[in-house]
Amino acid sequence: MEGEVVLLDFWPSMFGMRTRIALAEKQIKYEYREEDLRNKSALLLQMNPVHKKIPVLIHNGKPICESLIQVQYIDEVWNDRAPLLPPNPYQRATARFWADFVDKKIYDLGGKLWRTKGEEQEAAKKELIECLKLLEGQLGDNPYFGGKDFGFLDVALVPFYCWFYTYEKFGRFSIEAECPKLIAWAKRCMQKESVAKSLADQEKIYDFVLHLKKALGIE
Amino acid sequence: MADEVKLFGMWASPYSRRVQLALKLKGIPYEYIEEDLSNKSSLLLKYNPVHQKIPVLVHNGKPIAESLVILEYIDETWRNNPVLLPQDPFERSMARFWAKFIDEKILITARKVSFNTGKEQEQAIEELTEQLKLLENELKGKPYFAGEAIGYLDIVVANFLVFWFRNLQEALGINMFTQEKFPIIFEWIKKLIKINVVEECRIPKERHLIYIRTRLEALKSASK
Repeated sequence: MEGEVVLLDFWPSMFGMRTRIALAEKQIKYEYREEDLRNKSALLLQMNPVHKKIPVLIHNGKPICESLIQVQYIDEVWNDRAPLLPPNPYQRATARFWADFVDKKIYDLGGKLWRTKGEEQEAAKKELIECLKLLEGQLGDNPYFGGKDFGFLDVALVPFYCWFYTYEKFGRFSIEAECPKLIAWAKRCMQKESVAKSLADQEKIYDFVLHLKKALGIE
Repeated sequence: MADEVKLFGMWASPYSRRVQLALKLKGIPYEYIEEDLSNKSSLLLKYNPVHQKIPVLVHNGKPIAESLVILEYIDETWRNNPVLLPQDPFERSMARFWAKFIDEKILITARKVSFNTGKEQEQAIEELTEQLKLLENELKGKPYFAGEAIGYLDIVVANFLVFWFRNLQEALGINMFTQEKFPIIFEWIKKLIKINVVEECRIPKERHLIYIRTRLEALKSASK
């Protein structure tokens, strides 16, 4: 069933982290290949000609692109262990809806926190907090978004946790103060080996962003 | 217990029409509620508080929003034919990939074509042509995007291309989406419109042309 699994990725990418977590949850052996995004490999360009982006999951030579699509693919192929999506269609739709919400909101808003200043940054901060609160509300009294068990939406959101430090430093605020339950959830997830091993170190991310800002000429 | 299915939609929305098409293909009876987007109903806001958008499917009182999420929900809940998503996980991932490409790239480029003129419009048309060619490639060697029969990706493409974009290009007075440029897609369209429910779900053309022209005029005067 396993075959050959390769992941083309970039260490700070929250999207790549999702796929790393899913592979780890399912205990799939794979080859991790770090991409230099300023000098993309021929393999990356061949496997994702449409977007030329990471992560790309290659299974037995066939590419699967887009992180949430990869996570569902992994869940469907290795369906004998650690299920990520629940069996009930309504719960699946709810998980997909909120994962789509994360995609539509968190990355761009978080990005504005370190790319912009002044009013634009303040507006982004406000909206980001609102979105995180909405997500926190979905948790209810459950340990995970998946309910009793770690699931699809947990995988979709938890990689952003290692970016929170960067958002907080640039935005001059505390996400824990605004969304304590969400941080408690993130820390709970970090106790899982699949998550701890897949997320990048938050201080390394901050350093990376500092260097990136310089390289992009952003003050 | 009988199923109660409601669809909150809008007649000119390709997202709304794709859900209608899925419901009709599966033969699922539903109540359609037309929303006035300038005056959204309290029910819509209750069922989709996060985005406050159509379409929203309400099944036995439980709401599902986001058209692609709704399509998968329909397929997983009503397992009768046609099965919309491919059975093979790799094929499924490709169908999801192209649907996302349409919603995140093609529709945005199509809007650039609408809202620009002159050189910017020309560039947008070029970009859109390239994107549609990529999509057309997925049809090679198959009667439908889904394979032997109509499925998920056909529903998504049909609503964009066949129903919405062809009207848009006519309203704009451009002619980039032609049989000469896209022979494979046009062959597919011929097959598609033979399916009764596909024709039933078409956005009514004349009304749509007026709607598009009115909106474009409003946007032009707003930007002056």
